[in-house]
Amino acid sequence: MLQTVPASSEKADAPKDTILSVDNIEVVYNEYVLVLRGLSLTVERGSITALLGANGAGKSTTLKAISGLLKSEDGEITRGSITFDGQIISHQEPERTVRSGIFQVMEGRRIIQDMTVLENLKLGAFTRSDGGVKDDIDLVYSYFPRLKERTGLAGYLSGGEQQMLAIGRAMMARPKLILMDEPSMGLSPLLVKEVFGIIKRLNEDFGVTILLVEQNAAMALACARHGYIMENGKIVLDGPAEELRENEDIKEFYLGGSGERKSFKNIKSFKRRKRWL
Amino acid sequence: MNWSLLVQLLANGLIVGMLYGVVAMCFVLIYKSTQVVNFAQGEFLVLGAWVCLWFITDMQMPFIVAFLFTLVFMTLFGIMIQVVILRPLIGEPVVSVIMVTIGLSIFLQALMNWIFGNSAERFPQVFETESVNVAGLNVESAYLMSLVMSVLIMGGFYLFFRFSKYGLAMRATAFNQQTAQSLGISVRQVFALAWAISAIVSGVAGIIIGMVNSVSSSLAIIGIKVFPAVILGGLDSIVGAVIGGIIIGLLENFAEFVDGQFLNWGNLFTIAPFYVLIIILMIKPYGLFGTKDIERI
Ligand SMILES: Nc1ncnc2c1ncn2[C@@H]1O[C@H](COP(=O)(O)OP(=O)(O)O)[C@@H](O)[C@H]1O
Ligand SMILES: [Mg+2]
Repeated sequence: MLQTVPASSEKADAPKDTILSVDNIEVVYNEYVLVLRGLSLTVERGSITALLGANGAGKSTTLKAISGLLKSEDGEITRGSITFDGQIISHQEPERTVRSGIFQVMEGRRIIQDMTVLENLKLGAFTRSDGGVKDDIDLVYSYFPRLKERTGLAGYLSGGEQQMLAIGRAMMARPKLILMDEPSMGLSPLLVKEVFGIIKRLNEDFGVTILLVEQNAAMALACARHGYIMENGKIVLDGPAEELRENEDIKEFYLGGSGERKSFKNIKSFKRRKRWL
Repeated sequence: MNWSLLVQLLANGLIVGMLYGVVAMCFVLIYKSTQVVNFAQGEFLVLGAWVCLWFITDMQMPFIVAFLFTLVFMTLFGIMIQVVILRPLIGEPVVSVIMVTIGLSIFLQALMNWIFGNSAERFPQVFETESVNVAGLNVESAYLMSLVMSVLIMGGFYLFFRFSKYGLAMRATAFNQQTAQSLGISVRQVFALAWAISAIVSGVAGIIIGMVNSVSSSLAIIGIKVFPAVILGGLDSIVGAVIGGIIIGLLENFAEFVDGQFLNWGNLFTIAPFYVLIIILMIKPYGLFGTKDIERI
């Protein structure tokens, strides 16, 4: 329908099949706090796309704008549009967005603590009415054998297990696009590795598109195809993940820094940007 | 001391208490899923009883048909109350919402007085025999039905919240609305469902009480008695509501026994639950099963 960019007019090479496109959106909380200031990005079907940026840059807000969860926080898209699979979804209710195939794994996992693992997984399939739910529960258990052993309340799971449950719950919805908000938050390096391994496997095994928000830029760029860097409610840089990995600024500010500081101006900017980490 | 009277009264207490538990569950269900304190709970009971009676006497329906029609009516009524009155109030201060439910209670009282009159009316005989003998106890048929219905409703609640998709969705919504939305659950639907279930079950309870006593606006007193029950059990615990209801029922009848045998005050059973209410509020303000972070009103 409103597929804005015909494949041929895009840069030059391979045609791009866009599943999600966010065009110049502006988001306001509580009617006056402007958080996103004209943000645009596109996500290619079947890819993992990383969205990186400092704390407070507006990453979670971007995901909530896409999923529609913004409304329950008194946030509103005041300009621009979001197109998913050819449909404009900018002002859609979140439950409809889930039904159209977008599932957000929110920051902090948001497990339902007073329910069991199984009940949480069943709820992931809330919008489905096909008969495959039972099989999918087994499928999730095959990805996360540890979850199967946990029969008590989900609130007693460790942070890593809760993250796995959150991802498993997303699998239960069989979405086309998963919006994943900081899956590595609060996890040990070993677990972070495991979680990213699983994200990559999900993408390969099911072809599910993933928009991955992270502060752990190294990890995210290692598994993403394309990356966006945002600052202050806008995209400031984007490119293929391998290019971003080589980018000097990003190396310095996100990937542990190797280059020396060249001028006073850079030092200032370094200090400012160091809070990104 | 009259032991058989005591046993009889405690059996009554248990049966009535189970019914209080059912009404308390309705109250807690609404509080837990929509954060509304429903002061019109008692009027829901009266409405169910009046409507069922109206179907029987004015529409000449057999009891069971009238009962089913009442369930349908109460479903629509519950949804309508939520959609028309409470949905616009989402996000308003707790106190405003409480005022509205108190207003609703008064409005329904007046409306029912106008439509159904203010004299008590009896249900026609539904059971063949007035009472049956269970293990040496003389139990009125209506009480027995009350017990059976209470157990069925409680069992139904358990199965619904444990296994059904919408039961899980309601629990998820009670836990966190935004999380529920992120799973594709419509919070509006859940709210409407909570009011519908509460209205249906209240209606059933009203019919049962109407059959045991008679139908009049004074049935709404059950809606008040539910407060000691839910405060005893904890405002947000469904299991607590049941246990609180049973305790209040037993206590009432025990108070009646003590009063009748020793004190002869004549009204201890009506006030005993409220003494308990005050004592509970003093020593355990969140009830036996409630969570601490809920606000007291
Ligand atoms: N519900 C809200 N109401 C008002 N301001 C908010 C709300 N959520 C986030 N913000 C503000 O929006 C900005 C971006 O937040 P967020 O999207 O959470 O950033 P990030 O996920 O990149 O850390 C922050 O300045 C934050 O204070
Ligand atoms: Mg965030």
